[in-house]
Amino acid sequence: MITVMYYILAAAVAVLLMINFLRSKKWQDEILYLIVLLPFILRLLRLK
Amino acid sequence: MKDHAATLRKTAFSLLALVVLISAGLQFYRHRNLREPVVLGPGVTDVKNLSDYFDGISGTINDAHVYVLEGEEPGGAILVLGGSHPEEPAGRLAAWIFAENAVVQKGRLFLILSTNRSATTVTRLGGAYPTDYSIETNFGSRTFRMGDRWSNPLDQWPDPEIYIHYPSRQELAYIDIRNINRTWPGRPHGTLTEQTCFAMTELIKKEGIDIVIDLHEAELQYPVISTIVAHSKGQDLAAFSSMMISGMEGFNIGMENSPEALRGLSHREIGDHTDAISLLLEAPEPFLDATRGRTDRKLLLEGKDRFIVRAGKHGLLFEKIDENGWPIALRVGRHCSTLLQIFELWTEEKADRGLVVSGVPRYSDIVDRGVGAFLKNPATADPNRIVYE
Repeated sequence: MITVMYYILAAAVAVLLMINFLRSKKWQDEILYLIVLLPFILRLLRLK
Repeated sequence: MKDHAATLRKTAFSLLALVVLISAGLQFYRHRNLREPVVLGPGVTDVKNLSDYFDGISGTINDAHVYVLEGEEPGGAILVLGGSHPEEPAGRLAAWIFAENAVVQKGRLFLILSTNRSATTVTRLGGAYPTDYSIETNFGSRTFRMGDRWSNPLDQWPDPEIYIHYPSRQELAYIDIRNINRTWPGRPHGTLTEQTCFAMTELIKKEGIDIVIDLHEAELQYPVISTIVAHSKGQDLAAFSSMMISGMEGFNIGMENSPEALRGLSHREIGDHTDAISLLLEAPEPFLDATRGRTDRKLLLEGKDRFIVRAGKHGLLFEKIDENGWPIALRVGRHCSTLLQIFELWTEEKADRGLVVSGVPRYSDIVDRGVGAFLKNPATADPNRIVYE
């Protein structure tokens, strides 16, 4: 059960990161959001 | 115009991220799904699964194969565990050599090659470990998954803030709730790693196992190295084995008592919670040393590292090392000879519970001919005699 909650949390954080990426005006922040987003997606896809 | 440029930039960054994601994802996927064939040797009479002993592990990644080698003459039963820590490959490879070569005349030998299979599907985060390694043979090479000390977080997540060991209630490092050598004797409703230990404890009880031998490797900066760690029930056997090996096999191995205050380890808990004698073997693995240089396949298989040699010159190591390093053949050979000596001494002492094994190379054979000389060719083997780990 707690594992499922952690996956939901990971998905929520991933969505927030994507929203921030889309709203960002600075290219440095955009790169940062994408770098942080990658491990969340890899976890959600159950690859890492 | 400005918005258009921003959109283009975001699209370019997204595509770049996608390339990185696919590239990394493929590597992780291939690592987790690399199939390792085991060519069943002439002595393998049955292949079971851990779920045959505890149904709760059925369908999980840790429902490991249990290779049974039963002799015609009744005798004792010994369980060998390879891959408790898959970042210590000599233990897995030694067990592999037994599965592909051993013939049992008396008693029963049980082998598990992937004691923590989940931990074979991941490497240490931030460690830059290779994801696999290949052993050269005369028919090409055999490739094995490189692993970690801990179960894959994909199979057991999240970790707790504090890990309280069952049943001792000793507080251990949080991450060690995924370390199969900290979760013995296990429990049926615990985490995957605890359930795996519980399944093996059930195996030990149901099969009437006399001795459990857990194969490991250690960094040279760790004081428990080149040794047999023995539960109090196995002190005599370990001490005698240490003397015989040091005198006959061409290498030295020590013997240490399992500390009573250190919980969750196989050499402690199996001896405490079952009738079996529990022993743990440690061979030297420079790859694990913190002061190592480049962490690659070469270091893993050859065990050569100038920084570790330098650490030795400063008296920081508990095992010798020189420019020849610690090649995988020496480490696997140590495990094979130590196992054979333990079997022989046990059989001399307890004839009615003995285990007589042939067909397995000793230290000198493996050092002379290499590990690959004792691995079989899956391409020419009977497909019905191949099992995948």
